[in-house]
Amino acid sequence: MMHFNKELDARGLSCPLPILKTKKSLADMISGQVLRVVSTDSGAEKDLQAFARQTGNALLSSSAENGEYTFFVQKK
Amino acid sequence: MKKMAIIATKGTLDMAYPPFILASTAAALGFEVQVFFTFYGLQLLLKDLSDVKISPLGNPAMPMSIPMPVMVQMLPGMETLATMMMKDKLKKKGVASLEELRALCLEADVKFVACQMTVDLFDFDKSDFIGNIEYGGAAMFLDFAGDTDICLYV
Repeated sequence: MMHFNKELDARGLSCPLPILKTKKSLADMISGQVLRVVSTDSGAEKDLQAFARQTGNALLSSSAENGEYTFFVQKK
Repeated sequence: MKKMAIIATKGTLDMAYPPFILASTAAALGFEVQVFFTFYGLQLLLKDLSDVKISPLGNPAMPMSIPMPVMVQMLPGMETLATMMMKDKLKKKGVASLEELRALCLEADVKFVACQMTVDLFDFDKSDFIGNIEYGGAAMFLDFAGDTDICLYV
């Protein structure tokens, strides 16, 4: 299990809420800290990749299991 | 910083989502965003969004759980019923409400501009609009839009 500093439960939320809440969650974190995001939105993987590319925060890993998607995002 | 400009001209529930979704998401991605609301799009700036509705009438591509003849769609109350059903579906699927998306836009410093000409044309009362908006015209929009990476008309 990857180490993380904060967790965002975005299960049940549809586009664009997982992204907007990820952005909000990262806001009060410090550089280098890791946010774990759990989503049930099947579009979230592509969206998180794009979010990482656009904002410069690193998407350390993404995985899918039983309709749940888990992401680890490291704050820039 | 990347920039995006959107012109929002429609005041129905279905057409209200694209500008608010794209504006809030672009802001989250670090864009500077401005949305120019004109004609029926001005409805989306009202404090009370309960008049923002959807109708199956004239909207043949709208997925319906029960096929409904146009003659039935015309009956009084059908628009309210369709709006209730759509809002219920949006909620069940975890889609944000318009109010929520709009608040997220403002929180992320998306700039909302109301078209002064159409505000006057339709005799809108400015006190019915939310705060934190500016009023301007075509030149003001183009001044910002001319320098953007993405410019959309909805």
